[in-house]
Amino acid sequence: MPRLSAACRHRVSLTLNGKAVSGWAEPRMLLSDFLRHALGATGTHVGCENGICGACTIKLDGRAARSCLMLAVQAEGRRIDTVESLGAADQLSTLQAAFRRHHALQCGFCTPGILMSLDDYLRRHPDPTEEEIRALLSGHLCRCTGYTGIVQAALEAAAALREEKPGA
Amino acid sequence: MKPASFDYLRPETLDEALAALGELGGDARVLAGGQSLMPMLNMRLVQPQLLVDIGRLAGLAEVRLVDGRLMVGAAVTQAQLATRPTLAAEAPLLAAALPWVGHYQTRNRGTICGSIAHADPSAELPLCLLALGGDVVLRSASGRRIVSGDDFLLGVLSTDRRDDELVEAVRFPLRQGGAGIAFREVAQRHGDFAIVACAAIVRPAHIRLAIGGVAGRPMVREWPSDLGDDSLDDALNAFAWELGAVDDLHASARYRRELVRRMGRRTIEEARQCRG
Repeated sequence: MPRLSAACRHRVSLTLNGKAVSGWAEPRMLLSDFLRHALGATGTHVGCENGICGACTIKLDGRAARSCLMLAVQAEGRRIDTVESLGAADQLSTLQAAFRRHHALQCGFCTPGILMSLDDYLRRHPDPTEEEIRALLSGHLCRCTGYTGIVQAALEAAAALREEKPGA
Repeated sequence: MKPASFDYLRPETLDEALAALGELGGDARVLAGGQSLMPMLNMRLVQPQLLVDIGRLAGLAEVRLVDGRLMVGAAVTQAQLATRPTLAAEAPLLAAALPWVGHYQTRNRGTICGSIAHADPSAELPLCLLALGGDVVLRSASGRRIVSGDDFLLGVLSTDRRDDELVEAVRFPLRQGGAGIAFREVAQRHGDFAIVACAAIVRPAHIRLAIGGVAGRPMVREWPSDLGDDSLDDALNAFAWELGAVDDLHASARYRRELVRRMGRRTIEEARQCRG
């Protein structure tokens, strides 16, 4: 591909939550900002922009990743899923419903990232231990909950998802 | 924070990447997984003119067995290696250490070679490279050279890589029969950079201990495996002082020395028990 100049904006096309979309980005634009400002998908939150807090976690080709540690131009042609892909306005997903039941959020700022991490992880590890969930959550900072409700919600959601898809 | 401006190149071939590095040298940076470089760009600790994104060069995304070594290409992610079914048999130290590298979410993007090229003194993968006696394959437009991990890692974020080179692969020796390994780490949270990390390899003739997080790069010592308990404690104490620990935000020098003595001992004992 040609070298993309710093001085120009370039068209970036990707699949966002199952739909083909595109927008314009300078090479230096972070994927997190591209999602929010160019594509209007403001469900993804921006915390530290250093990869520490996990608020901006999305799924890149099905794998949880930090959108603040990726450039928008790197997402060209890739499949991105954000928290907007979960559930519907009038029906929470199994994971979201478990979060509500267990008060696994208070202010909710960190929640979109945690949901996307769990959405990836539970598909690959349908029967996780509490220890494994806590290791996964070490990649997220929540300053409200103390994590107990999040761990409970994750374990309950895992069990419910196993029932929904036996043998999965 | 946001990065300063740069041009972006996603080469179709390795030669194209090497040509760009040859032309711009230190004004270009190689981007693979971005889990170390992107934070540095965001904080404007580095402000290159050009990023060369090698993350999609398929030829670099392979793990191969070559001449009794595990050869890991520059675009291989930490998650990709960690989920290799045969890894625990091939390189059990890597299998033990990888869960400590960053977090699940960063391992999905971060590369093995990138962590080694970044050369953070407390990172686990440079520690494993030195503990195992691995080497680094450096590639430029003018050719290829292979450097031992010991010669490659010079100090804090400092390596033997020239500005026109990229790390094409790293090579880890395969497990030898009769060797026991263990890995331990103390950090503020799981996934944070280590305050002290230890890798021990116990072979029939000698004990090899590598320590990260204390000196400017991981350091290794070897002792005869029949060293008595008291002599081993003395050797660990000497090693702890030789590392030149300093006080910082996360831990005092004294605490680090104590971790080297105690965790070093426990890691060696664990490695002795898993010899087979």
